[in-house]
Amino acid sequence: MDEIRIKKAARGDKSYISKTLIYFLLAVWATVVLFPFYWMVLSSFKSYGEYASEWVPKFYAASPTFENYGTAFSAVPLGGYFANTLIFTLATTAIMLVVTILAAFAFARLEFKGKNLVFTVFLALMMIPSELVVITNFVTVTDMDLRNTFMGLILPSVTSVFYIYLLKENFAQIPDELYYAAKADGTGDFKYLCKVMIPICKPTIVTVTILKVIECWNSFVWPRLVTDDRAYYLVSNGIQEIRENGFGRENIPAMMAAICVISLPLIVLFLVFRNKIMAGVSRGGLKG
Amino acid sequence: MKNNLKGWLYLLPSIAFLGVFLVYPLVDVFVYSFEEGFNFASQTYFGVGGYNYEYVLRDPYFLQALKNTFILVFITVPLSTALALLISVGLTSIKKLRNLFQTVYFLPYVTNTLAVGIVFMILFKQTSYSDGLINNVLGWFGVAPIDFVNGPYWAKMTMLSVYTVWIVLPFKILIFTSALASVNENYYNAAKVDGASSIKRFFKITLPMISPTTFYLIITGFIGAFKAYSDAVALFGTDLNANGMNTIVGYIYDMLYGDSGGYPSFASAAAVILFFIVLTITCINLLVSKKRVHY
Repeated sequence: MDEIRIKKAARGDKSYISKTLIYFLLAVWATVVLFPFYWMVLSSFKSYGEYASEWVPKFYAASPTFENYGTAFSAVPLGGYFANTLIFTLATTAIMLVVTILAAFAFARLEFKGKNLVFTVFLALMMIPSELVVITNFVTVTDMDLRNTFMGLILPSVTSVFYIYLLKENFAQIPDELYYAAKADGTGDFKYLCKVMIPICKPTIVTVTILKVIECWNSFVWPRLVTDDRAYYLVSNGIQEIRENGFGRENIPAMMAAICVISLPLIVLFLVFRNKIMAGVSRGGLKG
Repeated sequence: MKNNLKGWLYLLPSIAFLGVFLVYPLVDVFVYSFEEGFNFASQTYFGVGGYNYEYVLRDPYFLQALKNTFILVFITVPLSTALALLISVGLTSIKKLRNLFQTVYFLPYVTNTLAVGIVFMILFKQTSYSDGLINNVLGWFGVAPIDFVNGPYWAKMTMLSVYTVWIVLPFKILIFTSALASVNENYYNAAKVDGASSIKRFFKITLPMISPTTFYLIITGFIGAFKAYSDAVALFGTDLNANGMNTIVGYIYDMLYGDSGGYPSFASAAAVILFFIVLTITCINLLVSKKRVHY
């Protein structure tokens, strides 16, 4: 009897130790993830003089100041970059939604010749790496005189085959009976799409919208190619510009303040919609 | 007939967008890559052949980019996959605080690669007024300060690898945790009854059960890492050739645009080469997986 009890107690100890170890290691990784964010916020509150005088950087700001945030908006056109990104993100996402919903509806609900063939072609297009097509798109946009315009930024960024696929799957789950009942009542296809399908599939549409917003907000390569006029820079290009020319390269606190301002909207969006975002990403996965 | 037309009408916007910005460019990039001496201003060329490929494959900048990309891929893909698996197994084994940890771990996915990259650069960077935090920490272990941003090649590669792993982990952890959650409890219980140790259970049950996921992550990891670019820009700036840290994708963009740009034919040839490298690696992975993956 005693032996069993001792064994049990020993096992309890062992699992307690291993649990503690697991929590410790998970906490270590959480620190690694959060530390750069902490450093970014911390440095943004240090004055330039304070920052530059610390041979060994301190983990706190001795006299926190907001002046860097003022510098971030006055020394570089950060507000302009912000507005550009907002316009770009909203317009791209809106057009994407219209195009995607129409296509998903056609694939899920309508019957027409060649539908399956077109759908297969669409799926195949998902495999094409953007690096292959960006060269011609750059030439196309240059030829159309759309460099340094919102049109040039937005149009090539609209299409996302993956979202069409995601929404089509969701649309297809709506029972056929609803459609036939609506037809019998004389409801047209377009009205049925707007009044029935979109409301039912709202959760998926919201997920797609958020994922696209994140993608737009962080896009860097295409905007860098088609804009060289600061008036049309998005935040990513703005950061790069700030890094290479703005503030004087050494004013890191001001740079950190700018980065904080730029990162904040997405972090808030993520905290509000984290379950939706994580579920959406695990279903498709945008980044490799 | 009326219905046929309607279906195509609904598809028209997406077909137009995909046609102009995806299908046409896809064909065109191959055409460009064979047009010799293409002049961007006059849109003319004087021959058709493999010269662009020859040029790119001899260009020392391209070879440097090729080398950098391969080293980066073969360091970060195994490292990040293993680390993500380890973290996910730990995450699945706890109940308290699990949601909190999961949320924290996913945070880098939604942040701007360039923004956080600059923070990393500052943590690693040696300046005239500070060695930087990472060097301070290394100093505790008696390591002499290292210039990670402009210093020796291996130091720069270390920083780039650390940042790449940090950036790609959220996605991998997310996918691994959902795969681990779907492994049937009964297998574990049966194994426990048989007295299998937890390490044995991991290698005999968990690993085979999630092998399709692991395989998926390795393939997407390879594809993603071969396209590395913005992470390098965030750490080393846009002039990657000068820093010796360019990647294949970086080389393509530099050929297309910027101070060294204006050569869409060379850019196209490099893009096609990248495409075939990725294709080859994916095919090799598929062949290996046929033997190793349990579906």
